[in-house]
Amino acid sequence: MERLELSTALSQSRQFVANLKKASQVDIRDCYQCGKCSAGCPLVSAMDYNPHQILRMLQLGQVDKVLHAKSIWVCAHCATCFARCPKEVDLPRLMEALRIEAKKRGIIKEKTVDLFSDLFLDSVQKYGRVHEMGMIAFYNLKSGQLFKDAMLAPTLLANRKISPFPHKIQGQQAVQKIFAKAKAMGGERL
Amino acid sequence: MAYYPGCSLNATGIEYNISAKAVAKHLGLELWEIPDWNCCGASAAHSTNHLLGLALPARNLAIAEKEGLDVAVPCAACFSRMKAAEMAVRQSPDMKQTINELIEMTYNATNHTRNLLDVMANAVGIETIAEKVVKPLSGLKVAAYYGCLLVRPPEIAQFDDAENPMSMDRIIEALGGTPVEWSFKVECCGAGHTTALPEAAAPMLHNIFRNAAENGADCFAVACPLCFLNLDMRQSEIKKKYSAGYNLPVFYFTELMGLAFGYAPKDLGLNKHFVNPMPLLDSKEILRHPSARREEA
Ligand code: SF4
Ligand code: SF4
Repeated sequence: MERLELSTALSQSRQFVANLKKASQVDIRDCYQCGKCSAGCPLVSAMDYNPHQILRMLQLGQVDKVLHAKSIWVCAHCATCFARCPKEVDLPRLMEALRIEAKKRGIIKEKTVDLFSDLFLDSVQKYGRVHEMGMIAFYNLKSGQLFKDAMLAPTLLANRKISPFPHKIQGQQAVQKIFAKAKAMGGERL
Repeated sequence: MAYYPGCSLNATGIEYNISAKAVAKHLGLELWEIPDWNCCGASAAHSTNHLLGLALPARNLAIAEKEGLDVAVPCAACFSRMKAAEMAVRQSPDMKQTINELIEMTYNATNHTRNLLDVMANAVGIETIAEKVVKPLSGLKVAAYYGCLLVRPPEIAQFDDAENPMSMDRIIEALGGTPVEWSFKVECCGAGHTTALPEAAAPMLHNIFRNAAENGADCFAVACPLCFLNLDMRQSEIKKKYSAGYNLPVFYFTELMGLAFGYAPKDLGLNKHFVNPMPLLDSKEILRHPSARREEA
């Protein structure tokens, strides 16, 4: 088993934990490790650390390990854990804040998840709405899954479920402004 | 009431849009589509930048507020994001100021965001719905699937039980159908992971199908375009992968309402499904009900 230098790790992580609380409104000390979150998490089998383990690692100051965890990318923010947690720990918000921080530091453990949300946002920024067809095409191209879902596309098109053309809104510029400003403000919570 | 369809309802979720509008009109519920609405940012925005995830939905809510209207949102994911923006503005004057600055509009959160299911079950009401039924969905055993974000987290959704929601079940009952009891009502369908992390999402979907089938359901009712897409479009993939034998058509709850109100299937968008629902409806004699002739003529 790996050895932990608890006191140093804890003092080094103090600032991080304080910022995390600001960003997610979660006080990691609230968690008493009952494990209910992990028991109900539908994605736990795809995670490297269970949700309650992520919390425990934070409590022990293992910040780096947490930021390198796949779990923060795998979480689908379904809020099952949050609804069931006896201590009302908002885990989806915590996972989200951790993912934002990891990305800021250039740590992206699930490239496809990251690509998917980037392309989604590109589309919104450009047109004001999501262009599903363009997004799916780009996604398959960039993720190297060129023929993935190729079977589904003709039916989607034939049923007029997806359009080859993006739908632009008049408020495009308003939306672009929101993007620029939110970026400039860093997206931090107050 | 203001109406925010959201991106999916113009594309992959078009049947939801068509059937929701038809049914609302039939019930005398006027839906005013928010002019020039923008995408709510879905989970991509709020897991990238908190402020962006609040400001994008707030712009739409601000437009509706100007008209003094509450907002009906059919998509569970949009609903969750819109509601989060509403709560953020309501709970913190600082946040309100930041958001107003971002959208360059005034949004005070005096209006309410409601899920379309909540609007139908509680504003329109079960009795009113029952009164309009001309073609009861007799013998149709339906697994009401709510997914994760429709009723959770409870302090956001605020309209039904987070573990065992009943609104959709009550509507199905009012339509003459039989809601089945099953365990995966609020289990996550994998959301965007069906594309981004298919290995993780496949077992989630498989569990949902299996549990519904084991409990005697012969179809699903959903209230979210993403749930619909995952359940309807991915079913054949999952069936192949797990060599499973079920065949479960998926309906938007508004499509079921439309059918029971006597609308023709194609006027509700039922011809656009991946899992063809016609044989099931035929076998239950729902389409051969005498009052169906009106639309078929
Ligand atoms: S359910 Fe809540 S208290 Fe229990 S382990 Fe998970 S986060 Fe901690
Ligand atoms: S929000 Fe994330 S951690 Fe919580 S149950 Fe859902 S997938 Fe698991």
